[in-house]
Amino acid sequence: MLLDAKIPDGPLADKWDNHLARCRLMAPANRRRYEIIVVGAGLAGASAAASLAELGYRVKVFCLQDSPRRGHSIAAQGGINAAKNYCNDGDSIYRLFHDTVKGGDFRAREANVYRLAQLSNRIIDHCVAQGVPFAREYGGGLANRSFGGAQVSRTFYARGQTGQQLLLGAHGALLRQVRQGRITIYPRHEMLDLVVAEGRASGIVTRDLISGRMTRHAAHAVVLATGGYGNVYCLSTNARASNVTAAFRAYKKGAWFANPCFVQIHPTCIPVHGAGQSKLTLMSESLRNDGRVWVPRKSGDRRPPAQIPEAERDYYLEERYPSFGNLVPRDVASRNAKAQCDLFKGVGESGLAVYLDLADAIQRDGRTVIDKKYGNLFEMYERITGVDPTREPMMISPAVHYTMGGLWVDYNLMTTVPGLFALGEANFSDHGANRLGASALMQGLADGYFILPPTIGAYLAETGGQHPDPDHPAFADAEVQAATRLTRLLGIKGRRSVDDFHRELGLLLWDRCGMARNEAGLREALARLAAIRDAFWGNVLIPGGKEELNQSLERAGRVADYLEFAELMVCDALARRESCGCHFREESQTEENEALRDDANYAHVAAWEYAGEDVTPRRHVEPLAFENVHLSRRNYK
Amino acid sequence: MSRSITLTLKIWRQTGPEAPGRFETHRIGPISTDLSFLEMLDVLNEELTLAGKTPVAFDHDCREGICGMCGAVVNGEPHGPQPATTLCQLHLRHFKDRQTIVIEPFRARAFPIVRDLVVDRTSLDAILISGGYISVNTGGAPEANSIPVPAARAEQALDAAQCIGCGACVAACPNAAAMLFAAAKVSHLALLPQGEPERTSRVRTMVAAMDGAGFGNCTNVGACAAACPKQISLANIARLNREFLRAALAPEDGG
Repeated sequence: MLLDAKIPDGPLADKWDNHLARCRLMAPANRRRYEIIVVGAGLAGASAAASLAELGYRVKVFCLQDSPRRGHSIAAQGGINAAKNYCNDGDSIYRLFHDTVKGGDFRAREANVYRLAQLSNRIIDHCVAQGVPFAREYGGGLANRSFGGAQVSRTFYARGQTGQQLLLGAHGALLRQVRQGRITIYPRHEMLDLVVAEGRASGIVTRDLISGRMTRHAAHAVVLATGGYGNVYCLSTNARASNVTAAFRAYKKGAWFANPCFVQIHPTCIPVHGAGQSKLTLMSESLRNDGRVWVPRKSGDRRPPAQIPEAERDYYLEERYPSFGNLVPRDVASRNAKAQCDLFKGVGESGLAVYLDLADAIQRDGRTVIDKKYGNLFEMYERITGVDPTREPMMISPAVHYTMGGLWVDYNLMTTVPGLFALGEANFSDHGANRLGASALMQGLADGYFILPPTIGAYLAETGGQHPDPDHPAFADAEVQAATRLTRLLGIKGRRSVDDFHRELGLLLWDRCGMARNEAGLREALARLAAIRDAFWGNVLIPGGKEELNQSLERAGRVADYLEFAELMVCDALARRESCGCHFREESQTEENEALRDDANYAHVAAWEYAGEDVTPRRHVEPLAFENVHLSRRNYK
Repeated sequence: MSRSITLTLKIWRQTGPEAPGRFETHRIGPISTDLSFLEMLDVLNEELTLAGKTPVAFDHDCREGICGMCGAVVNGEPHGPQPATTLCQLHLRHFKDRQTIVIEPFRARAFPIVRDLVVDRTSLDAILISGGYISVNTGGAPEANSIPVPAARAEQALDAAQCIGCGACVAACPNAAAMLFAAAKVSHLALLPQGEPERTSRVRTMVAAMDGAGFGNCTNVGACAAACPKQISLANIARLNREFLRAALAPEDGG
């Protein structure tokens, strides 16, 4: 099969309009005959479900939590980008597009990113109309800030809880459609498998997490908005229930998985405190606007920060990148922190943190001004660490945050399985090898509110209205397989907990497939992954049964998928013998230890096709053409 | 700084909504005070699992105080003793060595117990379904800056909109009322010009839904605001009452 991204022709700026003009439409009266399944209710899932139901489709929404208001989009702090140019500082759709393609280190599709930038403005309009209380100027207009090193102020925000407010807006829209009778919510349900019948996505098999009951749900199309797979590393900024299971099951049923090795490691997280740590907490990188990053100049200097004189502090980002300083992109900041820690210049009990110091900013602007900007972040830091960051510098450390890789989708957001769509972080589409700050919310909402409704309509109009049959053998097969797997997991009755395996997996990936990767380390990881997987299936201990609320069993299913998925990540990292964005192959660097891209050989998307149990997956390539942005080396010096 | 403590945990165990419940006592430690309360439960569950026992079921997800999934009553207080702190953000450094901690689920008629510390809070969404939103279809919005909103107004709306829907207010209330929860949403939308067209109908349907979902009545005790991890103010309840009165006097088709 050839990868056809179905990018419309015509000039970049006209592609989406041209496409809309050609998409087949569905008559309003016919839409109610169509049923669509949406798995996941974060920004992408909730916005898609609401918009589809508004059009008249019947929608079923599935989520793991007790309410669809809890998807992990809710934790996004910083903001959402849009090319409104309200600040008159020279922003435009083209500039947002350009920054996103360049920030992604030229590994995203131009056409998708341009469409994203075009739709960004309508997202803000829509969210404001929903009552999202964005920050305002005194005149009543919307306030913007510069974020993540952008040279224009294009980020809309609601204090440090923009994701929450946007999600509650989408949640309201979704609930409104519940009242209209067009959406049914299935809370506390997990998708265990995708059903593909007659070559099309025809439904899913779910498990009710309370009763353990398994159910077949047939529909005309299935939408996965199930987020990213950062928790494969065990410790990440993701919510605990975030997982790869739905996407991975889809992969095993024929959906190709793109760029799984592209994992964003965020530079400003609260450091690990020790054993028993269950997750990592992000501190908004807006702190880097005023904070200065430093470590002691001497290796092994364990003095408290106050006793280290100015001359013995190494402000390594400012020295190395004079023009961007502390505001270099996330991947660069994280890699440099690691480099300092590798030189034994890291601080904190673990020696794996660096300082983020606001003392100069407080001296310059006064405590009141700084508190107003970051007060809630200071409280959060103190709540977790017990340290007041205005008295001594914060300690920060890189942590797995966002996954740019995901299910391969074409311009219509359809995967390689007809009728299966993937939105938001669950797809791979717009961020290339590195995502810019305040872009995830934008993408999730663009996908759900504006892109999917016409493209899924065109798919349904083209394929006709026959409702898939839940008695089709494909449903029975999927259900039996899922049930057998749960029985098998429960029957192992070994001696190690699920979490113990997850921690082992996470540490291995962090070491060998984290911020820096090399051939030998990745090969070693592959061998060890196989061993961990065998140990898991031979020695995991899961208490309880499957016809009840069993949180250990839920985690076991997810970890089992992570163990297989990790191999895919490592294979992808091995095959991409270049450094780009988050993916730093030590073999491919400049003399100054900066990432060295290899556009001649790797200016493409790698999409992996499942080839069977214990068979190396097949790698396919979608070449990327850059006709509107000049391929250049990112330079933040 | 970090130290180790030993704790006695009295935890509510209940296998289902109709099953009888009881307290179960466990000793835990020495355990680092850098751990969060939920991380302590993780450690306990790991110990229980390896000892062949059933781990304690509890709800949680983001573990950074924003998703609203976690919550339990700790020594009589929803989310425990620290003000403005969800259970997942509560750290063991706030407890003493050898302290006994009593952990119970949120208790309210509208929150049936599912298992152990897990309760069913879908009744909160039932209130919102009745009208806790602005009815705007995708695609029909005007230019975002066409309606100015005073900055202070937007901030006030956000103060109310911060509600994470955890249900601590209900658990804290002697009447198990959801007044603060409903008031936060009514206030958020009533404060914004975009919420104006449905201002009257919204408060009517939401109050009716609240009564219909099995929540008790508000008697202005104020325990809800004290327990709220997002410090949603009682002023929102006063605003809901004003909005409700205004709606009672408004014509049927009034905005």
